[in-house]
Amino acid sequence: MATRPPDLHHSAYAQGINRGQSAVLAYALPWLSIMLGTLAPGILSIASAPLFPPIGFLMLVSWRQLRPGLLPVWVGVPLGLFDDLYSGQPFGSAVLLWSATMIIMEVVELGFPWRSFIVDWLMASSIIVLYLLLALGLANAGGGHVLIAQILPQVLFAMLVFPLVGRLVGFLDRARLARFRTFK
Amino acid sequence: MAPPKNRRSGFSKRAQFNMFYGYIAGIVGLLLGGIFLIVSLKNHDAFSGVRGTAADAAAPIGRVVAAGRDEGRGALSAIGGFFTSGARHARIEREVVVARVRLAEAEDVRAENGRLKALLGLPKDVAPPVARARLIASTPGSSRRFATLSVGSLAGVSVGMPVRSALGLVGRVLEVSPKTARIMLVTDGESMVPVRRARDGVDAFAQGNGDGRLLLRLINLGPNPLKPGDVMVTSGSGGLYRPGIGVAVITELTRDGAYAKVLSDPSTSEFVVVDQPFSVAVGMPAADAATPVPVISTTSGKH
Repeated sequence: MATRPPDLHHSAYAQGINRGQSAVLAYALPWLSIMLGTLAPGILSIASAPLFPPIGFLMLVSWRQLRPGLLPVWVGVPLGLFDDLYSGQPFGSAVLLWSATMIIMEVVELGFPWRSFIVDWLMASSIIVLYLLLALGLANAGGGHVLIAQILPQVLFAMLVFPLVGRLVGFLDRARLARFRTFK
Repeated sequence: MAPPKNRRSGFSKRAQFNMFYGYIAGIVGLLLGGIFLIVSLKNHDAFSGVRGTAADAAAPIGRVVAAGRDEGRGALSAIGGFFTSGARHARIEREVVVARVRLAEAEDVRAENGRLKALLGLPKDVAPPVARARLIASTPGSSRRFATLSVGSLAGVSVGMPVRSALGLVGRVLEVSPKTARIMLVTDGESMVPVRRARDGVDAFAQGNGDGRLLLRLINLGPNPLKPGDVMVTSGSGGLYRPGIGVAVITELTRDGAYAKVLSDPSTSEFVVVDQPFSVAVGMPAADAATPVPVISTTSGKH
C-alpha cells in the first residue's frame, strides 16, 4: 500500500486562520528546558553523594539527537556557562565538555548518518560515560579526591535514565510547536 | 531511520556560510572553555563573583523549594510513623527513663565544668551563632560536594565560618555573596576535619570520601583502636571548629582507619547554624580561614 504524504494542512501543528506557532517558543524551549534540567536537581535535593545524573547534559544530548541543527554547534558556550555557575565543577568544565560534545556528535553523524533507538542509546551512553569520567577528572584536578569506582552508580543511573529524558524531550518537542492565537 | 533531510543548507550561500561559521564558533567555544578551566584551576576564586551573583539570582526559588521539601518529608515520615508507632513508643519510653538519669548526671558534670573553667580562667561561653539558615541548593551531579546557604554577607557570614546543624557538623563557608553563601560539605573530597573519638579522644582526620561517607585516618599509627559504632566529634585543633560537635559514626574498619557515616546528613538538615570560627569565638588570634589545618596541604595529595 502506498503511503500518503502527511496531511500538513489538517495536522495538529498546521497554521490556520488565527492560529500559528510561536517562533519564540519553538526556538527558546530547548534552551530553557536544558537550563531547567541543570538547575532543578540541585534545588530539589540536597545530595550528600554524587548519584544524580547530569540532567542538563542528558537533555542537551537528547535535543541534539532528536532535532539536529536546532541547537547551534556553539550552544555549549552559553549553556555550559550556565551549568558551570551551578554545577560545582571547576568553572569552564561544562563549556569545554559541552562544546566538545556538540562537535563530536556532529562529526559522528557525518560518519554514521543512519540511526535507530539502539544506535542513539549506545552513542549517548558512550558520550555520557566519557563526560562523567572527564568531569570527574577535572573536579579532581580542582581539589576533589574521588575515585572512579565511587561514581560508577551515577554512570549506570545516567545511562538508564537517558531514554526517559529522551521521552521528556520528545514531549517538549511537541509542546514546542503548539499553536497559539495570533494577532496579525 | 534515515538521516534527517532538514540539515542540508541547499544552494543558499548565506545558509552555507551560517553553518560554517557555526562550526567555527563551536571550536572557538571549545578553546574558550579550556581557557576558563585553566584560569579557574589556577585560581579557585577566579569566578566566585559570577557564581555568587548566579546563586543569589536562583535563591528565591531555592527558598520556596526548601520549605516545600521539609513539608514533603514531614508528610512522608508521618505516614511511615503510622505503622511503626507502637514499637517506637515503647522504645522511646524506655529511653526516656534512662535519659532522665543521664540528664541529671550531665547537669552535675556541667556545673563541675563551670567551676573548673572558672578556676583555670578559661572563657566560659563561646560567641553566639552568626546566623541561622536553610540549605537551599546543592551540586547533585558533580563529584564535588557544595551546597548553597540561604544567608550571605548581609547577615554577617564570611569565608571560613563553620556550619553545623542540631545533629552535627555540616561543612564550612567557602564563598560568600550578599544573599547566599557557598559551603563545602564535610563529605567533599577536599574537606578535612580534625576529629577525636567522643569516648576517649583518639585523634583522627575525617576526609570526605566522595560517596557520602567519611574516611577516618588515625594520626597515631599502631594497632587500629576504632570499633564500628564509635562516635567521632570535632577535636578543635586547627582552631576552626569548636570541639565537641558531632561528626560521624564509624560503620566499617579499614587497615589504618575507618569509614564513617555522617551524623548530620545534609539532605535531612533542615536548619543549619553558622558559627564564628572557634579561635575567633574564644578570642584567640584568628587562624587563616583558607587553610585551617596546616597538615592538610602535606597529606591530602597522597589519597
